[in-house]
Amino acid sequence: MKSSRIPAILLLLVLVFLYLPILLLVVNSFNEARYSSTWGGFTLKWYAALMERENRDLWEAAQRTLLIALASSAVSMVLGTLSACALHWYRSRLQQINYGVLYLPIIMPDLLMGISLLLFFVGLGATLGTGTILIAHITFCASFVTVVVLGRLQGFDDNVINAARDLGATKWVIVRRVILPLLAPGIIAGGLLAFTLSVDDYVITFFVTGPGSSTLPLKIYSMVKHSKDLPVINAISTLFLILTFLIVWLSQRLTDSRPT
Amino acid sequence: MTQRKNEVLLTGPTLLWLAVFFVIPSFAMVLISFRPANVYGGVEDGWTLDAWRALADPDYPIILWRTTWLSLVTTAVCLALALPIAFYLGKLQGKWRGFLLMLVIVPFWTNFVIRVAAWRILLHPEGMLRQALLGIGVIGPDTLLLYNEGAVLMVMVYTHLPFAILPLYAAAERFDYSLLEAARDLGASGFRSVMRVFVPGVSRGLLTAMALVLIPALGSYVIPDLVGGSSDEMIGNKIAQRTLGDRNLPQAATLSVALLAITMIPILVVFLINRKERANQP
Repeated sequence: MKSSRIPAILLLLVLVFLYLPILLLVVNSFNEARYSSTWGGFTLKWYAALMERENRDLWEAAQRTLLIALASSAVSMVLGTLSACALHWYRSRLQQINYGVLYLPIIMPDLLMGISLLLFFVGLGATLGTGTILIAHITFCASFVTVVVLGRLQGFDDNVINAARDLGATKWVIVRRVILPLLAPGIIAGGLLAFTLSVDDYVITFFVTGPGSSTLPLKIYSMVKHSKDLPVINAISTLFLILTFLIVWLSQRLTDSRPT
Repeated sequence: MTQRKNEVLLTGPTLLWLAVFFVIPSFAMVLISFRPANVYGGVEDGWTLDAWRALADPDYPIILWRTTWLSLVTTAVCLALALPIAFYLGKLQGKWRGFLLMLVIVPFWTNFVIRVAAWRILLHPEGMLRQALLGIGVIGPDTLLLYNEGAVLMVMVYTHLPFAILPLYAAAERFDYSLLEAARDLGASGFRSVMRVFVPGVSRGLLTAMALVLIPALGSYVIPDLVGGSSDEMIGNKIAQRTLGDRNLPQAATLSVALLAITMIPILVVFLINRKERANQP
């Protein structure tokens, strides 16, 4: 059967479209010339500029971003695992509600989640800052961890639990020695996804942040918005991309290892 | 009884967390839209329809319409590009399929702000693209590539395209391509057989792709803010301005409820179609 070449050509064009801006950004982070329209030779000076005193706040923001991501992925790993087990093992009216409440944060535009949390915090008179960012991140990460762990549970053989029980294991021994080890790759993959989502988030953080508690995406955004230090943005973005790729690569390897 | 206790212990913590930090804030948003604003940027007690009446201000209907229109065009372009790509990927066999699919997903992982920033730097007046186009004389010295509707649409398609390709690919993977040969044997042209056999065959994927592009597109804020001009603002920009610019929280809440109402339309459509299909299955 003769098939049209159009889909293949289209895919090629779309791939160029998808990669070109990112590749140019990475290439330009090594470009001596200030403006990306010319190639002025290879340099690492924009990376060196990141180390300078005036860019100290970028590192502070990076540290805050990582701390928030670590804390929110840790908490959402616990919350997500609990709710995934609840959804997997029980079929009740309560689980129908649970299902709806867990899936809505994934579907709803992040902007709406940000504004509603802000209004809620303002109504309570809470001080906006790292604490409110952390709460917001846990709230959207928990749902994503649930989905990932639920996927892992689908390949779970309940007979293993029955076998352990028949052999006289108590409830806690079953949880610790059987369920958790089998779910571990799913929980860790979910945690890594939560970590990347937290590190990446701009919109929700933008709404619930307070003075002096900027995260890296917020810093990059304001530099881009004011077209300030464009080559430095290229450099920090390239480092950021490398970090994300490492995490995603790790989490892909974990999700690929199916339960046996 | 112990079963029930276990269920509550497993369900409780997360459901409680989401009830406090997701469900209650969503209702608070609706509530605050009926509260009066005070001059200090706070919210007063009492009830008023002021913020809702202000939606009639000619600015807002225009922006709500523009938001819907830009999101619909983005969805249409994404589906039109994703459909032939999913068709092609679904038909491929072996290593290439996994590799190409991977290539489509990878940009999806990169930071959203950085992806939009990359376009802003690329389209910047001093940037590579404009200088190159100036050099070969395609555009005049007055033409800007940034701060217009075209730039907003292009970057919206750019960031949402993987959301359209993935569900369509998942549907195409399950599609039986021998049906197309049958259609051709019966005399249909290649294009016609694709439109009449393949497209209905992946209709579930099309529906998911539509929702996955349209819903986040309606809530766009970053893209019109970074690559659009002041006449390309979407509802998200107005919500951010009312929140952090001139601080009128009830107005921000009203606009958010309006946005929520618009987003509910595609969510309900998908929900109803899914339920109908499930009811039709024996």
